[in-house]
Amino acid sequence: MNQLGNFTKGFLKENPVFVMLLGMCPTLGVSTSAINGIGMGLATTFVLVGSNVVVSLIKDLIPDKVRIPSYIVVIASFVTIVELVMQGFMPALFAQLGLFIPLIVVNCIVLGRAEAFASKQSVGSSAIDGLGMGLGFAFALGILGSVREVLGSQSLFGFKLLPGDGMLVFVLAPGAFIALGYLIALIRKA
Amino acid sequence: MEYVIIIIAAVFVNNIVLAQFLGICPFLGVSTKVGTATGMSMAVLFVITLATIVTWLVQTLVLDPLGLGFLQTITFILIIAALVQMVEIILKKVSPSLYQALGIFLPLITTNCAVLGVAILVVQKDYNLLQGVVFAVANALGFGLALLIFSGIREHLELMDVPRRMRGVPIALLTAGILALAFMGFAGLV
Repeated sequence: MNQLGNFTKGFLKENPVFVMLLGMCPTLGVSTSAINGIGMGLATTFVLVGSNVVVSLIKDLIPDKVRIPSYIVVIASFVTIVELVMQGFMPALFAQLGLFIPLIVVNCIVLGRAEAFASKQSVGSSAIDGLGMGLGFAFALGILGSVREVLGSQSLFGFKLLPGDGMLVFVLAPGAFIALGYLIALIRKA
Repeated sequence: MEYVIIIIAAVFVNNIVLAQFLGICPFLGVSTKVGTATGMSMAVLFVITLATIVTWLVQTLVLDPLGLGFLQTITFILIIAALVQMVEIILKKVSPSLYQALGIFLPLITTNCAVLGVAILVVQKDYNLLQGVVFAVANALGFGLALLIFSGIREHLELMDVPRRMRGVPIALLTAGILALAFMGFAGLV
């Protein structure tokens, strides 16, 4: 497969959030600001690349019947690495993302790519696929986070754009659903 | 009284789906019919309660005394995966009728982040076993309540004339947003 296409498909054509509708929980939960969204996206990217590479390396060693539990163990190991590193070096972001860091384990994107792509392809393409999908996820979270931050608190990446408070509802839970609903409607091919 | 507060807080104020964004995938996936929504809610109630009891026991009796807290994510997800498999096998033998009703939902529950999320929250909140079980049941009821209301609304949405771009997921997300807005009315109750 063409490696460039393999990398870029995660951004629009097969974007995990806007097109494939995977990983909705972290998408809605942590996209209160652009920084949080991108931070979560990058943490997921690391797990995706790591688990894709390892799954692709061990794909011939694992019996077919226990492959899903084995993939989950691989993914959980990388999530634990992310958890410990973030706790040590980025305590503020770690506190903001909270519960959603351990929950990367059950993010359907990660298991989905392991099962649908890495278990059948070479190590190189799996790494590129993981990187593309992960950055596509970070891109989607960044956009949703920016929209919610601009509308909700009239700032972007923490910088105030306009004086005043904005529409607080977009920072709260209902705004996440509403903003994502409109974004998907805008982006999808009708 | 303490338990009543836990229940009200978990079902209404901090509803697991509409305020905490856990279990969004089944919330959007199986909410097109009231019947399937009921089945899914029952299966989730069953698994969340069991998983919380087992993970609480493992956390207090094994991980804490041995200082292995960093293995929490891996251990919990393996316990949940094993538990779901076990429940499936036992149900098949013991109660075929219940298996018929819940069977198709069980495999989906392993990757339902509500289960892992509640298990981790119970440990984070330092609940004892009884409080943990009450918290788990209340969260499962909150999940069921949100899912039932939502599936009821979605059955009606099928008949509505929705603009083409908004059909399907976008309109569902907007509906969920309005529902979340309604649930915000419970804020301050506890």
